[in-house]
Amino acid sequence: MQIDAKGCHYRTLNQQIKDAVKRGEKHIELLNVNGQRYIGDGVSGDAEITINGVPGNDLGAFMSGPTIIVNSFSQDGVANTMNDGKIVIKGHAGDVLGYGMRGGKLFVKGDVGYRVGIHMKEYEDKIPVIIAGGKAGDFFGEYMAGGVLILLNLNNEKPERAAGSYLATGMHGGVIYIRGEIDKYQLGEGVEIVELKEADNMVLNKLISEFCKDLNIDTKSVFNKPFKKLIPSSKRPYGKLYAY
Amino acid sequence: MLYKTPTYYEFKVERDDERCIRCQVCVRQCSYNSTFYNAEEDRIFNIDANCVGCHRCDTYCPTDCITIKRVGENFKENANWNSWAIRNINKQANTGGILLTGMGSDRPHRIYWDHIVVDASQVTNPSIDPLREPMELKTYLGRKPDSIEIETLTRPHPNPLPKGEGVRGKGRGSEGITLKTKLAPQIELNIPIMFSAMSYGAINFNVCEALAMAAEKMGTYYNTGEGGLHKNLYKYGKNTIVQVASGRFGVHLDYLGVSAAVEIKIGQGAKPGIGGHLPGEKVTEEVSKTRMIPVGSDALSPAPHHDIYSIEDLRQLIYALKEATNYEKPVSVKIAAVHNAAAIASGIVRAGADIVALDGIRGSTGAAPVMIRDSVGIPTELALAQVDQRLRDEGIRNWASIVVAGGIRNSADVVKAIALGADAVYIATSALVAIGCTVCQKCYLGKCAWGITTNDPYLARRQNPELAAEKLVNLLTAWSREIKEMLGGMGLNAIESLRGNRERLRGMGLSDRELKILGLKHAGEGM
Repeated sequence: MQIDAKGCHYRTLNQQIKDAVKRGEKHIELLNVNGQRYIGDGVSGDAEITINGVPGNDLGAFMSGPTIIVNSFSQDGVANTMNDGKIVIKGHAGDVLGYGMRGGKLFVKGDVGYRVGIHMKEYEDKIPVIIAGGKAGDFFGEYMAGGVLILLNLNNEKPERAAGSYLATGMHGGVIYIRGEIDKYQLGEGVEIVELKEADNMVLNKLISEFCKDLNIDTKSVFNKPFKKLIPSSKRPYGKLYAY
Repeated sequence: MLYKTPTYYEFKVERDDERCIRCQVCVRQCSYNSTFYNAEEDRIFNIDANCVGCHRCDTYCPTDCITIKRVGENFKENANWNSWAIRNINKQANTGGILLTGMGSDRPHRIYWDHIVVDASQVTNPSIDPLREPMELKTYLGRKPDSIEIETLTRPHPNPLPKGEGVRGKGRGSEGITLKTKLAPQIELNIPIMFSAMSYGAINFNVCEALAMAAEKMGTYYNTGEGGLHKNLYKYGKNTIVQVASGRFGVHLDYLGVSAAVEIKIGQGAKPGIGGHLPGEKVTEEVSKTRMIPVGSDALSPAPHHDIYSIEDLRQLIYALKEATNYEKPVSVKIAAVHNAAAIASGIVRAGADIVALDGIRGSTGAAPVMIRDSVGIPTELALAQVDQRLRDEGIRNWASIVVAGGIRNSADVVKAIALGADAVYIATSALVAIGCTVCQKCYLGKCAWGITTNDPYLARRQNPELAAEKLVNLLTAWSREIKEMLGGMGLNAIESLRGNRERLRGMGLSDRELKILGLKHAGEGM
């Protein structure tokens, strides 16, 4: 089914989406979306929502299950505290993506802004994944407590760094893979660059194939450069900070 | 290096050897390795340096043979360089660490509640005896409409009362009249006292369950703090306020869905401006499950919400939560009382919050740096008076309810808070004291001998949820009786009539400036 979002307040639009999901609609296409916030916020189930136009902040916040495909760019706060499901963005996306994300996947074809993947978590089989095809701003993976963050730095002609500074600062769980070079100065405190092992390659292969399939990218073009792996040097980066 | 800066211990445990029967209860009760039994000598010894002064051992000693004495008073008397100052420096010289503590500030900040007195009726209006006359403590928290429209029904009432049954006290107004205005979501409190945020992790499951059970029994609410909600506590959902804080621990749709209200935690009175930090020692298997972090890793809550850098951003999160909960639940925003609290609160209310919670400098915590706990923020009384006044001046007081926290110790504090402008209060330390806490301030060690702020199963068993809930119910029952007595004394029969009614309060021993901030007259001044 289609919903025309032209001139529609987010509350009305999101109510229509929720009603449609409740009715059991499996494919919902939104037309003329123009900055409406909270699309997919708190929606559960397995519906697929396609967005034409640019959705507003907090796309897919608290979402638990559905798939959202954005045919253009996205703004800030995508996948905020998302629990499950998948968001695929065919353009660039803004700041604070995947804040406190608990599960599901977020694929962004282009660049991403500041503080992406901040405080992602994981528990047992619930492992959130963010893959960005382009570059990222500062504080990528800040406070990261779990999950997988992958930065591909594709289509980057200049020898620019993939990520900004304070990379993974305060990280105490999870793993970050970055395609291309990282300088020591970019790293936040308590993070280490380590060699990839066979298990890492398996994870990368699986996730990147899915990413490339969803976004029509040649997988080979991704694996033509080596990856760097970032892990926290301690589960307790601030354990020795206090006098008891 | 031979020389080590000394750490002067705080307590000395004295044992009357003639009375001691070597039952070793004290050895088993002490969780700080301060007490041990020497079989060879058949005697119990103490390592005084480990004693935290929690009084678990002497409470359980069957022969009352233990006395815990404070030491440190034997330092050379000095009002400036007292034992507190000396010990702090020694600890830091030894470790290079930030001084950590638990509970609310123990510094002698002015407690304004103790400088406020309450009015009573004499001659000109009758006082009311709550034992024999109806007395209403019911409180609704949430946004109230600017105006209401009432519709007179020409058709019969959809749910007519059975014949012969009156309308009074049924809370449904007259027959034939209904409210046309659609009200914003409200939570209903039988008493204007809720349990403040304490996370599962900071306190253990048994204590969480006790709070939940007591809240259910008393028709009020407890608050999850930022620890997520254990599945086994979902059944208390309608008495649960769930918190969304900067770490977003345990926040998902079920968590939001089972709750009665959602609270965005911006700040905490004990540590304004800084984040939370549950030490890895407290992150057990079960805690890691609700928080979704690895066992033994630190649970870090960032200082700010990184999606909130402005009032507009706060509005975004408030509405993200309202969207996620279908506009069915009030959203509260909790801030620490700071200098500009009134303006901030106005912004919070305009951002769409249904409840504003204020936590003052005496507010408690499971762990906070000493310097921040004791020196950052302002007393909750002053913030409350200012926030209430500001919202009134701006004509938006009805848009949100105000809840105050941070040092409510008894029912008189509650009465004063409500007359100063609060809709309800949060209590936490009072609740923990009711179940055994002696405010030893060692919560951050996770070894609480009273079984409260520990996740060690051996220690946590010391709190039985049913028995602890009974104590909490007793406390709230006692306070509600006292509140009713004080209301009756003022000739009021509903807490609503006292709300923001500062004319019924007077200041004692306060400066003109303090009285102005509190909006109070001095004792002795008439109407």
